[in-house]
Parts: sequence; structure tokens; C-alpha cells
Amino acid sequence: MIKRVLNGADALVRSLEEEHVEYVFGYPGVAICPFFNSILNSDIKTVLVRQEQCAAHAASGYTRVSGKPGVVAVTSGPGATNLITGIATAFADSIPLVCITGQVDSRLMGSDVFQEADISGACESFVKFSYIVRQASDIPRIVKEAFHIASTGRKGPVLIDIPHDVQMDRVSGFAYPVGVNLRTYKPTVEGHPVQIKRVMRELARAKRPIICVGGGVHLSDAAEEVRRFAEAHDIPVVSTMMGLSAFPTDHPLFYGMVGNNGQKYGNRAMNEADMIIMVGARVADRSISQPDLITENKVLAHIDVDPAEIGKNAGPSIPLVGDIKHIFREFNERELEVDYSDWLDWLDGCKDDVLNAESKKRAEIQEERKLQGAREYVDPRTFIRKLSLKMDKDAVYVADVGQNQIWSCANAVMRHGRFLTSGGMGTMGYAVPAAMGAKISAPSRQVVAVCGEGGFQMTMQELSTIVQYEVPVKIVVLRNNVLGMVRQHQHFVYHDRFSVTDLSPTPDLDKLSEAYHIGYMRLETNEGMEECLERFLEKDETTLLEVMIDPDDLC
Amino acid sequence: MKRIYSILVENRSGVLCKVAGLFWRRCFNIDSIVVGETDDKAVSSMIIVSNGDQRTLEQIEKQLNKKLDVIKVKTFNENESLNRELLLIKIRYNRSNRRDIMENCEIMGAKIVDMSKGQMTIQMCDTPERIQIFMGTLRSVSIVEIARSGVVAMTKCNE
Repeated sequence: MIKRVLNGADALVRSLEEEHVEYVFGYPGVAICPFFNSILNSDIKTVLVRQEQCAAHAASGYTRVSGKPGVVAVTSGPGATNLITGIATAFADSIPLVCITGQVDSRLMGSDVFQEADISGACESFVKFSYIVRQASDIPRIVKEAFHIASTGRKGPVLIDIPHDVQMDRVSGFAYPVGVNLRTYKPTVEGHPVQIKRVMRELARAKRPIICVGGGVHLSDAAEEVRRFAEAHDIPVVSTMMGLSAFPTDHPLFYGMVGNNGQKYGNRAMNEADMIIMVGARVADRSISQPDLITENKVLAHIDVDPAEIGKNAGPSIPLVGDIKHIFREFNERELEVDYSDWLDWLDGCKDDVLNAESKKRAEIQEERKLQGAREYVDPRTFIRKLSLKMDKDAVYVADVGQNQIWSCANAVMRHGRFLTSGGMGTMGYAVPAAMGAKISAPSRQVVAVCGEGGFQMTMQELSTIVQYEVPVKIVVLRNNVLGMVRQHQHFVYHDRFSVTDLSPTPDLDKLSEAYHIGYMRLETNEGMEECLERFLEKDETTLLEVMIDPDDLC
Repeated sequence: MKRIYSILVENRSGVLCKVAGLFWRRCFNIDSIVVGETDDKAVSSMIIVSNGDQRTLEQIEKQLNKKLDVIKVKTFNENESLNRELLLIKIRYNRSNRRDIMENCEIMGAKIVDMSKGQMTIQMCDTPERIQIFMGTLRSVSIVEIARSGVVAMTKCNE
């Protein structure tokens, strides 16, 4: 075998191999061609998406299920700028990605040549860090650092912009660094013992404590530790949207999702509590609309790996910086004698009251509609509940953005599976590519994407990728011919002055499915739902299920 | 509330942009910013004066610390530090006001560093407050050009 002279692109591929990268999601162009040329010599598999944004979403889905940083590679200019929404989506949810963008030759940079874009400048406020590679010999160090930065501390996307000529430059040999030497980056892992003790002391004193789990619990892989702690002391748990599925939703200690889209009883639990333990949650506007209220007459213990999140939106009584898994291991080792049974009784009563009132109200509405002789539709709540119950225990449920997401959050029963959605950025079109990435990382697990037809149409071109790479994901499209979430907002705030929210006519999804050679099913009313779901989930093949819902149904 | 941030950063291209961008994106104020090299060529020093409420000022420090180009952030109030600013001011003078200007310079410790027939340039290095006072004495004079450096600051010596 002739020993080839290594160039920068080879060094890049070798570095990815050293990081045990299995998949690269991307889209080629001249500026990234050296990389896609070198990758042919590697066992790393490539997935050609149909639009760059989806490469980032697919990598995000891949990462969130596998726990390994997702890798994306696209070309310069429009390839890179198309990626921006995907990077921003990952950043908002602290998803670790390594995004590689080709760049024009270094001698041309800054002269506005064909397909040049200042991508590292454009992405500055939503990457954890970015590199512009100036010398091919720097590549192994930069890749090593990029993976380290993306996947430690508060995780997030890292961008590596590599000019075409740097990919082509010769490098003398390849040596991958063993460690990283970053004097400015040393994330805290262990929680401070004094603060841990303070949390324990306050818990012993508290009458009505509650744990609020956020996305950080997933990111730190600490669901098991948190559950053990809650169960050991019978502490009730609520969740933010990003924290969903970190705690089994049918667990007797679970009191729903909080926030303006959450359950009423979850929010009431937070309000009534005298101690809140915030775990890996940002206390952002959608989960806590009035941050001052959660500190009023309450002890707020805020646990986060990012010190900047603590005190950003609410001033905590006990700030605790560190990795959640480590901190809860510490918690679990400490003695704590408590009895919160009165509090749990109250919460159960509250939950029953709210649920009864809600189902009564819904029954009334349905009754009224029946009297009006309105057309019958599928009830999305019942549908989502049944769907999630019929899904495998470890299945991955990917919710898109909009009404479908809110219904999913409130009704999907998650036990040992994963619930994924774009919580921070609320990026429509996330579900289909993210589900594809999730299925690629765990082919044996069932993956279901649930979207509205608005979000679905934003990224439905990925059906082509799904078919090409034989990634059997299940897709549910809740169809109501409108942009439901915005329309609902216009109903409440603009008194039914509906503007630019009508999607009709939605394309014939049966013909679309036929065009992509995937299975198609349709559910018109609640009748036959069980059987329909069974057939839908039965085979491990890509199927699109169109579910007709009422445009006037509100979430 | 005013606060001074003395920041050591990696001396790399784009770092000033990243730090300034952080202030811009998060709606933090910059009253002044001064950047220069340190004795270590790989490290630059930035002195940023900002203002805001307690929570904002705390966030600025935390967000700065998150930046991977930032090596160290020191923060202090004006009264805990020595603060100096450099002023260069070019003015028009005439026979009738020349004496007054020169006297004011002498009183305030400013120096005339350049002169032509009808113009002079005054240099002053002092606290921002004293520079403001001196500028006040020039209110009736015709000003051609002003350059102010922004504040450089350093904590006072320990006991």
C-alpha cells in the first residue's frame, strides 16, 4: 500500500476517528470537499441531509439519545448560514454539537468572494466557542478541544470553520493530543460541600418541598440519581419542558410540567411549596413567568453547572454549582429524616380537582359542538396519551413546536423513554430531522415524531433522507390546516382576527407518502384509534399517520 | 451603579469583538472600554466601565467568565481603585483668552503639548471627574477636536 501524504482534511477525519465519531451529518460544497474526500478512507458514516439546518437537528437528535456529541459538516457561505438555525436551536437547549464548516481559501477571506460568509462572526452569540483554523497542523488540537468544550460543563455547540486551502495543506504526520490545556475553561463538577449541607438542612426544615427538573438532568445523565433521591424521601417532582421524561410521568410523585404551557396543578404545586430545588433549569420566562414569586417566602436552591444561570432570573437562597449527577450522588449518601405526607396528600387533592374540572369543561365543549352538529375530529389529548401508552417502553418521542408540542407535553406518558423537543428556541421543523438522528443512534428503539403540518412542511424534505438511509421513523402529522398555536394566540389576543395562519390547502399527505415510498395512514375521528395506533406502530418501517384535528381546538 | 471590570483576555483576533458583542447582545452598558497589551504578549488587558443594577453587574461578571477567551475578571468600584483617563483637546485661542487658558491648565495640571498660530492642543491625564472639571473651564473656547481615552483603572495598593 502506498502511504499517502496527509493533508489537513485527513487530519480532521483522523481526529474525528480518535473521538469515536460514527456519523457525520452534512451537505457538501466545494469548500468542504477535501473533508468529504478524506472521509471516504474512513469507517465514519455520512448522512446527506436535504437542507443544512436539518443536519444540525439530526445531529441534535443523535446526541440526545446517544449522549455523544453530534457532528455536522457543511460547506461555506449559504451552507454555513443555513446551519445557523440548527446551531442556535442546539445552543438554546445546551446540546453538544461539533459543527464543521468549509470556508473559502484563507488568502481570499475578507474579500467577499463567491460563497464566503463570516460564519464564526454570525454564530458568535449562540456557539459555546468557535475556531477559524489558520494552520493545518492545529487541527488535531482544535478538534480535541472542540469535543471537550462541547461535551463538558454546560454543553453546547462548537463551530470549527476551516478554509479550503487549510484542508488541502500538507501536515507532517498525525498525533492526537492526549489531554486539553485550556487555562480559561475549567467547569465545576463537584458541588460545594457547604452548600450541599445547606440544602439538606433546609430540606429537613421544609414542610412543602418540591424538586423541579430541567433539561440539565438529561444532559448530566442524572435521571436515575434524581429519582432515587425523590423516592427515598417522598419529595414531589415537577418538570420544565426540557426536563420531561427525566422523571416518569406516571410516577406517583410526579406533578406535571410547570410554566405557562404546563399543568395548572404543577404550577400550583410550585406556588404552594416552601422550598424549591431547581435542578438544571434556567428559570426562563416560559417555565417561570414571575421569577420573583418563586423566591418570595420560599427557599430556592438552584443547582446548575453554569454559574451564570444561577441568579440570572431569580436570586436563590442556596446557589449550588456543579454537575447534577455528582451532586445528587452526594445527596443520596446523606442522612435525611423527613415526612412530607401531608404535602403529598394536598398535592394529590389539587391534582384531582384540576383534572376533574378540566375534563368536565372539555366534555361540555364537546357536548356543545355535538349539539351544533359540528364535524367530528380526533381529540389530540386522547390520541397522544394512547399513542404514548402503545409505544415501546424505551421509545423516543419527538415533539415538534406548536399546539402539537403542548398537547404532547401534557399528555404523553413517558416511563423509560426519551421525550425530545426544541424547548429553548422553539424551532418549527425540529421533529422530523431530530427523530431521524435519534433513530440512527439507536436503531433498535422505536422513534416517533409528532408534528403539526406547519412544522412538518418546514423540513419534510428529509423524508427523502429517511428513505435513502432506511431510517424507519414514525411520523404523526396532526392536521388542522392552520398554524394552530399562532391562530390560538390570535383568538385570545386579537379577538379572532386571524392573520397569515391559514395553511389550506395542505398537500395530500397520502400522495406525498406515495411519492417518497413510505407507508401512509389516516385517522379521522376517535373511532378506531386503538387499532389504528397498533397498526401504525406494529412494523419497524417509516409510516406517516395523518390525524385530523379541529382547527378550533385549543391547547 | 458604576462598576469597573479589569479583564485579562487571550490576545487573539476577534476577542474584542466577542467581548463587546456580549455586552451588546445582553443589553449591558459600556461607558468606556480600553484595550492594550500586557507584559505577556499572549495576554491583553481590557478595562471596561459599565453601569446597571446589582443583578446586571453580577451577570456581566458571570457572562464574561463564561467566555473561553477570558482568562481573568477582576471587578471593583470606582472608590476602590485608581482611575485615570487621558484627554487630548485641540482648541482655538486668541490674544484675549490665551492667558486664562494657560492659567487654567496650570491649576488643573494639564499641559499644552502642541501649538500653532491660532490653535493649541492640551493634554491632561487625570481622573474622569477632574477631566470633566477642566473641560468645563473650556466652555467659552472654540473646540476643534477632542480625544478621550476612556478609563484605565487599577485597585489601590494593599496595606
